Amino acid sequence: MARIIGGLGTSHVPAIGSAIARGAQQEAYWTPFFEGFAPVCDWLQATQPDIAVIFYNDHGLNFFLDKMPTFAVGAAPQYRNADEGWGLAPAAPFPGDPSLSWHVIDALVAREFDIATCQEMLVDHAVTIPMSLMWGEEAHRIRIVPIAINTVQHPLPSPARCFRLGQAVGRALADYKEDATIVVVGSGGLSHQLDGARAGFINKPFDLLCMQQLVEDPMALTEYSSLDLVELAGSQGVELLNWIAMRGALSGNVRKLHSNYHIPISNTATGVLLLENSGDGS
Amino acid sequence: MQKRAIAGTTIFDGEQARKGYALNRMCFSFNDAASRKAFLDDEDGYCVKFGLDRAQRDAVRSRNVAAMIAAGGNIYYLAKLAGIFDLSVQDIGAQQTGMSVADFKKMLADAGR
Repeated sequence: MARIIGGLGTSHVPAIGSAIARGAQQEAYWTPFFEGFAPVCDWLQATQPDIAVIFYNDHGLNFFLDKMPTFAVGAAPQYRNADEGWGLAPAAPFPGDPSLSWHVIDALVAREFDIATCQEMLVDHAVTIPMSLMWGEEAHRIRIVPIAINTVQHPLPSPARCFRLGQAVGRALADYKEDATIVVVGSGGLSHQLDGARAGFINKPFDLLCMQQLVEDPMALTEYSSLDLVELAGSQGVELLNWIAMRGALSGNVRKLHSNYHIPISNTATGVLLLENSGDGS
Repeated sequence: MQKRAIAGTTIFDGEQARKGYALNRMCFSFNDAASRKAFLDDEDGYCVKFGLDRAQRDAVRSRNVAAMIAAGGNIYYLAKLAGIFDLSVQDIGAQQTGMSVADFKKMLADAGR
């Protein structure tokens, strides 16, 4: 049987990818971020998951405004990264797990989530950077199931809907008959805004509240609307939806193993939250 | 439906997405290195080829991010254009807020205190 051993929330700022490419992890600007990630790497080495299910948002690599799904589930045998236009060298491909993807797709549609399904899907920095942070060069041995949530074009799905999507994904994973050790990832945030007169907006108290509520009382976050999240966390801070979906997938006994919060990386408040999921809560 | 106003923020909704489609579509093309080169070889010609209107072409010509957003640009796509101009997100943040880049970076750092 498949087991979900934990969940990880992490930021995916492109500058993190540049820092990894340059080997800048020990520079003073970067140590507060990378040192805060080390316990996650240690935990992954100790627990050895073989699959990562990743809730993320595409930034205009795979999806354009011609066809913009609210939720899209990858069902590809392999996921390639590609040129995103601003200089990050493309990462090597990641293996998929089409059997698991279709199991998740079948379960989601049965539960009335009318998702898009993608047998070809480029994955952008919101997938490659968390993978690189988590496993370094070994990342390309981990099978992935990417699940894209639209955070680009409003109306966005609500936090409550994203949480329920995560719950449905979590149930599907727990029902999977094959042996698999799975970590669920929520990629994005935390508070930041790149556009407009409010560019540079960061909301530390709200971020810290969210990181606490994701552990103790995730339902509290489902009371917000997506526009509430834009107001409180910034236009791009709404990527928090990916963390909320991740948390929804954890149905067992959830315990915080590690967290880190640092301002700023690039224009962003960065967060890392590692949650252990033990027992069968379903 | 009454739209919700959030200070200093343009919600990229259906209205903006319709208005900005040509501009964003051009920016999406910049995932391809050959397209970036074609743009640099003839900026306005490239804008015309993608059907940008006058306001969008002027915004691109003047590197004015606020004007691009007013003309329907979405920052995730505009970032690809900013990359061609070698502008970082701090550069465009400073431009939109009327601050120096140093002051903008200081504001970001101060948010952590």
